[in-house]
Formats: sequence, structure tokens, C-alpha cells
Amino acid sequence: MKAVISNPLALAGLALVALLFFVAVAAPWIAPYDPQAIDTWHVLEPPSRAHLLGTDSLGRDCLSRLIYGARISLLVGFVAVGIATFVGTVLGALAGFYGRWVDSLVMRFVDIMLCFPSIFLIMAVIAFLEPSIWNIMAVIGLTGWMGVARLVRAEFLSLRRRDFVLAARLSGASNLRIVFSHILPNAMAPVLVSATLGIGGAILTESALSFLGIGVQPPTPSWGNMLTEGKDNLEIAWWLSVFPGLAILVTVLAYNLLGEGLRDALDPRKRGSGS
Amino acid sequence: MDLLIWLSKRLLALVPTFIGITLISFFVMHLAPGEPMSLQADFNPKMTPEMRQRLRAQYGLDKPIAVQYVNWLKGLVQLDLGRSFSPDRRPVWDKIRERLPVTLLINLLSLLLIAAVAIPLGVKAAVKENSLFDQVTTLLVFITYAAPAFWVALLLMLLLGIEWNLLPISGLHSLMGYEAMGPLERLWDWAKHLILPVFVSAIGGLAGFSRYTRSSMLEVLRQDYITTARAKGLSERAVIYRHALRNALLPLITILGLSIPGLIGGSVIFESIFAIPGIGQLMWSAVMARDYPVLMGNLVLVSILTLLGNLLADIGYAVADPRIRTGIQPDE
Repeated sequence: MKAVISNPLALAGLALVALLFFVAVAAPWIAPYDPQAIDTWHVLEPPSRAHLLGTDSLGRDCLSRLIYGARISLLVGFVAVGIATFVGTVLGALAGFYGRWVDSLVMRFVDIMLCFPSIFLIMAVIAFLEPSIWNIMAVIGLTGWMGVARLVRAEFLSLRRRDFVLAARLSGASNLRIVFSHILPNAMAPVLVSATLGIGGAILTESALSFLGIGVQPPTPSWGNMLTEGKDNLEIAWWLSVFPGLAILVTVLAYNLLGEGLRDALDPRKRGSGS
Repeated sequence: MDLLIWLSKRLLALVPTFIGITLISFFVMHLAPGEPMSLQADFNPKMTPEMRQRLRAQYGLDKPIAVQYVNWLKGLVQLDLGRSFSPDRRPVWDKIRERLPVTLLINLLSLLLIAAVAIPLGVKAAVKENSLFDQVTTLLVFITYAAPAFWVALLLMLLLGIEWNLLPISGLHSLMGYEAMGPLERLWDWAKHLILPVFVSAIGGLAGFSRYTRSSMLEVLRQDYITTARAKGLSERAVIYRHALRNALLPLITILGLSIPGLIGGSVIFESIFAIPGIGQLMWSAVMARDYPVLMGNLVLVSILTLLGNLLADIGYAVADPRIRTGIQPDE
């Protein structure tokens, strides 16, 4: 934690993430308008003092929609990455702990999953289910666990032969106990880093799906579906395209900076080398 | 000879992966509540139970699931992916075949662009580690990583297409006057239409690839043989381009192979933005219309393309790496 604070970029990332949390939680109090309120008298107005980021084709306030959109991206980021981390950790731990055929089976499964361009797989699954935010989160999570599985497996492979694991085994600890209280805590550092970086990726995927019309459905505001409207009005309303994308950029950047900072902080070899 | 043995082993290893791909695709197809057919049937008020039964039989849905899988696999091997649910009822393979070249062309061009720009960029950043140039490219890489590609596409359309009116922003060629153009003019027209899509599909890869080149170069520059080359009195140019870069490029071949699914996946986004009739757009419209045969055909096809891309990257690696070429394996 100290190393994160001493790294200015990581600190900036952490501050931005905290700010986004605040915005998402406090949305009803800080949004100047109701994000769903249609105002046919003020349609497609450019940014002004009344509407700081302009209005969309239904006269809704873009700033308010952007603020509420933070909730969606936060939710998707955390839930999708939570699912991916859980599945990846379980499968990676199984593969690394038991080795042999369990390992080959899991790793083969990982290889197969990696052959699917994930957006195609997600789209295929979404086509069969209803495109709702819950389905989106589940599908993004279930198609994004492979990296975590590989990481956890590698950690388990190197940790299971260490002296402290042997000592635990000799003192009669069960397999479950060895995994949960001896190996897993030592393997969590790289998982934390990849989860932080994964949140940015999940937010990007959600926004792309919503942009394509198969993610979060209007009228619920998400940064991705706000950009769909930006595309439809590209020639007359630049503000609809610029601001939601900027929000995505800043959010993903924040998680990536934090993730890189954590990586440097947790990896003693990288400390101070600046790469 | 050793290369041949290696290659046949590698090809054999593809078989279980291929079967796995088809199993997962088949599983996804049967994920639908009810059946793929039921949605189509539900929307048709004239559908009687007998008709429904006949449709089920026509699509083979009345057979046990294992039989359905084997039949589907048999069709797949013969490139028979069934017929589209859309009103034209055309074979899925025909639809994919006419759209595949455009997608492959754009992906190949962006791969070339990535290699041509990212490698020199990464080399320069590594050689001048921690210089201003290095720090600026690092920052740019971070920003491009975080920027959604479709947003960058929108901004470029807004600036280059609408504000400055420099480039066309949709389709593969002009709609007006295309017939009257000579071959050279047509080529130029295509090129102008391809600039934005190729650039947009390359951005993500550009950032990642220059980053990998940089770290791979840094790794190599620390090796003893580089010190030896310098000690021999070789020029810095020769050291970097002849001794270091060649070794640094090896792992990049694998990375390039691994970036293929991302590139093909990106097709969905830029093809739908720039209205390009490729398989990404086909996939998108199939999802919107719930055209399951097209959907499944696409899913299997792109994953097989990825598999082949990885195989090509592996072969490239083997050809470039004398350790594999001669069959002398280094310690793991």
C-alpha cells in the first residue's frame, strides 16, 4: 500500500477510482436532472449553463445520464471481474494443486476458450438470452477467466513444493486446509493485479456491447448506449459522442494505472526500476 | 526433418482443440431456453403443432442431442453449415464466404500496420529507456489501451469525415460514380475508404505490440551476447538491428498470433460503425435477427481462423528459431 501511495500515477488512479465510487453512490444527489426526464422543448442543445454537457435527442440532460452511467460501469466491472476471478481461481487452483490429468484437462479447456474471439462468444450467448445487464455481467465474467486460471495455476505449481507447504502437510493439515490457509493467500497478489486490470477490460467490453445495442438497454443510461445516440447524431451533436467516451477512457485509465501501480508494489523485482 | 516431425505433432494437437471448439459452440447453441426453432415458431401465429413437428424434424431437432451433434459436425466438415433463418434462406457458408475476404483483408492490413509502426517504436523506446521519447510513448500506450476503439472511430469520423471532409466514413467504395471509374481510380477509392477502418482496428494492437517490443528488446539488450557484440567493436546500429532485434522479435511472433482473436473480434465493432460488409457485420445482424445458423457458423468459423492463426505463428516461430528448427531443445 505504501508503494502505491508513493507512486504518483497509481495514486492518481486510486483517487479517480474513489471519485467514481462516490459519483456512482451519490448519483441521485449530485445529478442536476432526472436522467430519464424527457424535455421536448430542449432537444439536442449544445453544452450551456443550464445543461453543462448538452442534451440528447429526447432533451435528457447528458451530465445526469453520464453520472448515472457510472453506476452501470462500476457494477459491470466489479461483478464480471468477480465472476471471472472466482472461476479462474477455482480452476487454476485445481489444475496447479492436483497436476497430472486434472491439469491437462483444465489447461486444454483454457486453450479452447482462448480460441474464441471473446466478443463473438459473448454475442452468440447474448443472442440466446435476453440482453440485460445481469446477463452481460455473467457472460463477460464467464468468458474472461482464462488469464486468472493460468496465473493461479502457475502460482500453485511453484508454491506447492515450498517448505512451508511441506511443513503443513507433515503436521497433518488436510488438502483443503493447505489450499485455503497456506497456498491461496500467497497466490493472491498477482490475482489482485489482474483483477484490477480486468475491471478496465470488462468496462470496455460492456460499453462496446451496449454501443452495438446488445448490452444495457435504453432508457437505462450506460456510457456505451449513450455513444450509440452520439453516432446517430454525429453530424449535428458532437457533445453526445465526445463526453461518454471520455468518461470510459478516464475510468479505464484509472483502473489500469491502479493495477500497474499494484503490480509494481507487489513485485519486489520491479520496485524502483520504473518499467 | 525434425521440423516435419514437430509440425505433424503440432497438427495432431489441433484435433482435440478443434473438437473442443465445436463442443462449446454446440453447447452455446443449445443454451437457448426451449430450442433455436421455438423463437421463430412463436412469432408465427399460423404455426400449428404439426407444422412445428415438421420443422423440428427438418432441422433434426427431434433426434437425441448426441446424434444432433454428430450430424452437425459432419455438415461442418463439409462446410455445410445449414441455411440462414432470414427470408432468403441462403446456405450459411455462402453468406460467410462472400464476406470473409473483406474482413481478412482489413485484418491483414492492420497487422501489417501494427508491425510496421509498433516495432520501430518499441525498439526506439527500449534503446532510449527512460528518455522523454520513452515516457511519451508509454503515456500514449496507456491512453490508447483505455480508449474504446469505437469511440476513437466516432471521433475520427467526426473530425476527418465531417469537420474537415477528408475521408469517406462508410462503406467500401463510393456509391456515386463508382461504375464510371477506371481501375486505378477504383483502387484509390477503395484505399480511401479503408484508411479509417484499418487504422481503428490497429490501434489496440499498436499499443500492446509496441509495449511488448519494448520489454522484449530490454530483455535482450541485457544479454551477454550483446555485450560481446559491443566489445567486438560493432557499431551500435549493427548491435541493435542485427543482434538484438532478431532475438527480440522471436517472442513477438507468438504475441502476434495471440492477438488474432482480438483483431477478428474488433471486426464486429468497426464493421458495424463503418458499414463494411464483412463477417463482423454479418455476426451483428445475425444476433439482432436471432439467425441462429448464421450465428453458429460464424462462431465456429472465427475460432477456427484463430486456431489457424496461432498455428501459423507457431510455424513462423519454429522457422525463425534455430533451436526448434534443428530439434535441439533448450532446458525448459
